[in-house]
Amino acid sequence: MKRAGFTTVWLPVALLLPQLMIIAIFFYWPAAWAVQSSFYLQDPFGFGSTFVGLENYTDLMTNVEYAKVARFTVIYTVLVTFFSLALALLLAVKADTVIRGAKSYRTLLMWVYAIAPPVAGFMGLMFFDQRNGPLTEMFQAFGWEFRLGADFNSTATAMVIVAVWKQIPVNFIFFLSGLQSIPKAVREAALIDNRSATGRFWDVTFPLLAPTAFFLLIINITYALFDTFGIVDTLVRSEPGNNPVTLVYKVFVDGFRGNDLGGSSAQSVILMILVLVLTVFQFRLIERRIHYT
Amino acid sequence: MADITQSGDVFSATPVRRRPRIKLRHIGDHAILVAGALLMVFPIVLVLMTTSFEDADIVKNGLQFGFEGQMLENFEAAMFEASGFTKTITGTRMLMNSMILGLGFAIGKIVISMMAAYAIVYFRLRFATFAFWIIFTTLLLPLEVRILPSYEAIQSMGLANTYTGLIVPLIASATGTFFFRQFFRSIPEELVEAARIDGAGPVKFFIDILVPLSRTMIAAIFIIMFVYGWNQYLWPTLITTDEGMFTLVRGIKQIVQVLSQTGAMIPEYGKALALSLIAMIPPVLIVIFFQSWFVKGLTESDK
Repeated sequence: MKRAGFTTVWLPVALLLPQLMIIAIFFYWPAAWAVQSSFYLQDPFGFGSTFVGLENYTDLMTNVEYAKVARFTVIYTVLVTFFSLALALLLAVKADTVIRGAKSYRTLLMWVYAIAPPVAGFMGLMFFDQRNGPLTEMFQAFGWEFRLGADFNSTATAMVIVAVWKQIPVNFIFFLSGLQSIPKAVREAALIDNRSATGRFWDVTFPLLAPTAFFLLIINITYALFDTFGIVDTLVRSEPGNNPVTLVYKVFVDGFRGNDLGGSSAQSVILMILVLVLTVFQFRLIERRIHYT
Repeated sequence: MADITQSGDVFSATPVRRRPRIKLRHIGDHAILVAGALLMVFPIVLVLMTTSFEDADIVKNGLQFGFEGQMLENFEAAMFEASGFTKTITGTRMLMNSMILGLGFAIGKIVISMMAAYAIVYFRLRFATFAFWIIFTTLLLPLEVRILPSYEAIQSMGLANTYTGLIVPLIASATGTFFFRQFFRSIPEELVEAARIDGAGPVKFFIDILVPLSRTMIAAIFIIMFVYGWNQYLWPTLITTDEGMFTLVRGIKQIVQVLSQTGAMIPEYGKALALSLIAMIPPVLIVIFFQSWFVKGLTESDK
């Protein structure tokens, strides 16, 4: 709040009202509703519901299917995060060193940001097509019977590749702006101390980039968990079957197709807690980030 | 001696020289960057090339490298030919819906969050901090997590298949408010003091001073929000069941379902691929042309 702020009362209230109303109706109410219905068992025909306490949660914990989805989500998130960060870092470091063509490279490497995940997923369907997808043929040339939609590992691989492809631009942009904010004096000092470019990178540049990398780590985990919904949905052609799906996708399938309100809500609440933990973590890191720079 | 040669190296490494030449050791760097650029661009080029082939060809051979004469027809069909189960939806219609969603979301979000941020930063309000935290908490939960209850809420209000139902729930998050709050706080205190001495009221100060001052910030956040709104998938999928309300990105789901059906007809792959390209053109163009604003918006709003 500014010291010399205005003292009118009705105006700020009127200014805040639209935002607060939208949030109350479309955020707090639904969130509370999800928490509440996670303690109830819904009658499948819509005739009321019974309070079952924590049963929906204990059911989930012992559910083999849920454990499988959770395990896949963890592996998927780790792979997507690792590869998209590593590739983007490599490209950002190179884009930062070259002088000629730097701008063109920047444009070419960032524009995929604007492509919607399901559009990327649809293109993935073409590239991994069972009969004539170019990448399917490539995998087959290496002796792998790649079958998208029929074989668990094939579908999982396709999901990871499309999700990484789609996420490289964001990481690239953040890494590049992180690299460019490293003061020239620091770089020159490093150049005097250490002649090997690789040595300089790991001893000087990487530690200075660490805050950006930590921050991106959270962004990427959130991306893999939530924003890849469109990729998953298109690559499995909306038919989960035996295909790998993520936790968010399962919330959607159980809630809208399976009509399991209680179970789906309990899954939502678990994800909410997960996001809360991630966000708290993120803000602690941002505080550290400010100290660094 | 060694020190002198090394410091000579330092000076040649600084980009002060007017005409940088590609050095031998930079060839490896360029090779990696070219490979990266190809990785990002080639898939789209291949899809674009494939739209120039006939459907039967695409069905048989998949994605194609080369050029045939079908591109115009395929794009024309994608834009103007009615499709879907009810034959009411064309590419033009979906493009319009996507525009409404992208623009409505971006503008709505900017207006609402600027107002809220202004109230929080510039007024001596007893519950300003409390209001900030209420708004701020929404950063914690993405829509995907509370998708089912949000859907129920929209249904019970009768807002399914309306633009309001499509746009407003997406606005219920604090990213914009947080962003403008940070920016307003960075504006010097003297500005509002001077304005008050000159007799400007809060409304006049906001419209005549603060909004013009925030132009760059508004542009940056607009680009991010437009792309975000345009690319929404899950929410439009749930809330629009009427084909006349489909957006281009929502239409992708329909395309995938139609192409997956095994019928007697040859699936219209050319048209489908053309539509997927149309779905990416507006946000991609915006990101490329307003690159510096876009980068600014992204790196400063995502914190």
